[in-house]
Amino acid sequence: MSLFSSKDLKLLTNPLNVDNPITVQVLGICSALAVTVKVEPAVVMSLSVLAVLAFANVIISLLRNTIPNRIRIIVQLVVIASLVILVDQVLKAFLYDVSKQLSVFVGLIITNCIIMGRLEAFALGNKPWPSFLDGVGNAAGYGVILILVAFLRELLGSGTVWEYPVFEKLGIYSIGYENNGLMILPPMALIVVGIIIWVQRSRTRELIED
Amino acid sequence: MEELLNIFVKSIFIDNMIFAYFLGMCSYLAVSKTVETSTGLGIAVIFVLGITIPVNYMLENYILKKGALDWLLGDAAANIDLGFLSFIMFIAVIASMVQLVEMIVEKVSPSLYSALGIFLPLIAVNCAILGGALFMQEREYSSIAEASVFGLGSGVGWFLAVVGIAAIREKISYSNVPAPLRGLGITFIATGLMGIAFMSFMGIKL
Repeated sequence: MSLFSSKDLKLLTNPLNVDNPITVQVLGICSALAVTVKVEPAVVMSLSVLAVLAFANVIISLLRNTIPNRIRIIVQLVVIASLVILVDQVLKAFLYDVSKQLSVFVGLIITNCIIMGRLEAFALGNKPWPSFLDGVGNAAGYGVILILVAFLRELLGSGTVWEYPVFEKLGIYSIGYENNGLMILPPMALIVVGIIIWVQRSRTRELIED
Repeated sequence: MEELLNIFVKSIFIDNMIFAYFLGMCSYLAVSKTVETSTGLGIAVIFVLGITIPVNYMLENYILKKGALDWLLGDAAANIDLGFLSFIMFIAVIASMVQLVEMIVEKVSPSLYSALGIFLPLIAVNCAILGGALFMQEREYSSIAEASVFGLGSGVGWFLAVVGIAAIREKISYSNVPAPLRGLGITFIATGLMGIAFMSFMGIKL
């Protein structure tokens, strides 16, 4: 693979663990947690963020030498907002039900701190190809946490995974198990993320804050 | 009047921006280390939400909505729907209002400016502000008064949440938290517990 140097590969894999946008950089939590009741909207949301972040990174990286420093925030917002409008229209056309479930959160990708954060921190100072990889890597890191939280909440809260009744097929209800309704409520998303952070930092000690 | 009060209470306690929708979490986590800075940002959020929601409401109802251009073009405009432009218009309004508010505050009250100063630019990319505008659009409030009250109420709700968590974090720094949970982890869990407490307001109607 001559396309990926080892440095490029790092751009893709680092955000999945040691430089994860949600649990380490603390970016993009705003829209992350509200869409994690079910796995399906979480996957759609991750893919939308992936598309927006990768292309916004490339566009800003191409423009990086022409954008005057003082108005860069506005330029970034316009680029992001146009991409989000595209994603929103595509979702409305092809996945109408999911786009209803995501409601305002597709629009909120605009102010998702992940996107602004990566544009500021990476795309403004790097060539298009590494920027693209950085965008894909960070969106994937975001998606991994999103889907993990959604998986746990849907499994424990509704007993299903992607609408497939896992617990019912396994016959767990017949031995007296009840769905944990608390998992569906919004606050549990925060607690689940808290626990994921706990697990991750116990395994990777250098991430621990003082 | 009763309806307005109802919207106000509902947007503070039941549809709280942080606990029910997780909006504005980035700045919420970043500034909640001390009560003082979180009070500053909280007031700035109330201020900006209270101004941008009515402005965006007018934009939505007189320009963007389907048939909203009637007042300008007559019947010919009945089928014009500019709804797809709402994201870019809202964010433009928010960014320029924040800039405007910053300049006015700097001119009129330098002491308030030095207190809010660094937070105002941050607010342009605070999800709570754009989220407020999008919820306003989705819930179709019937008058500008209702929309303004919703904006103010959401701001107050955000203020309460951020000041509350800052107070908790100040106290937590004296406790012996397990090392991997320190900082971010315990803040998430504390926010979750506060959210569960706020859920007891559910169903309140005046």
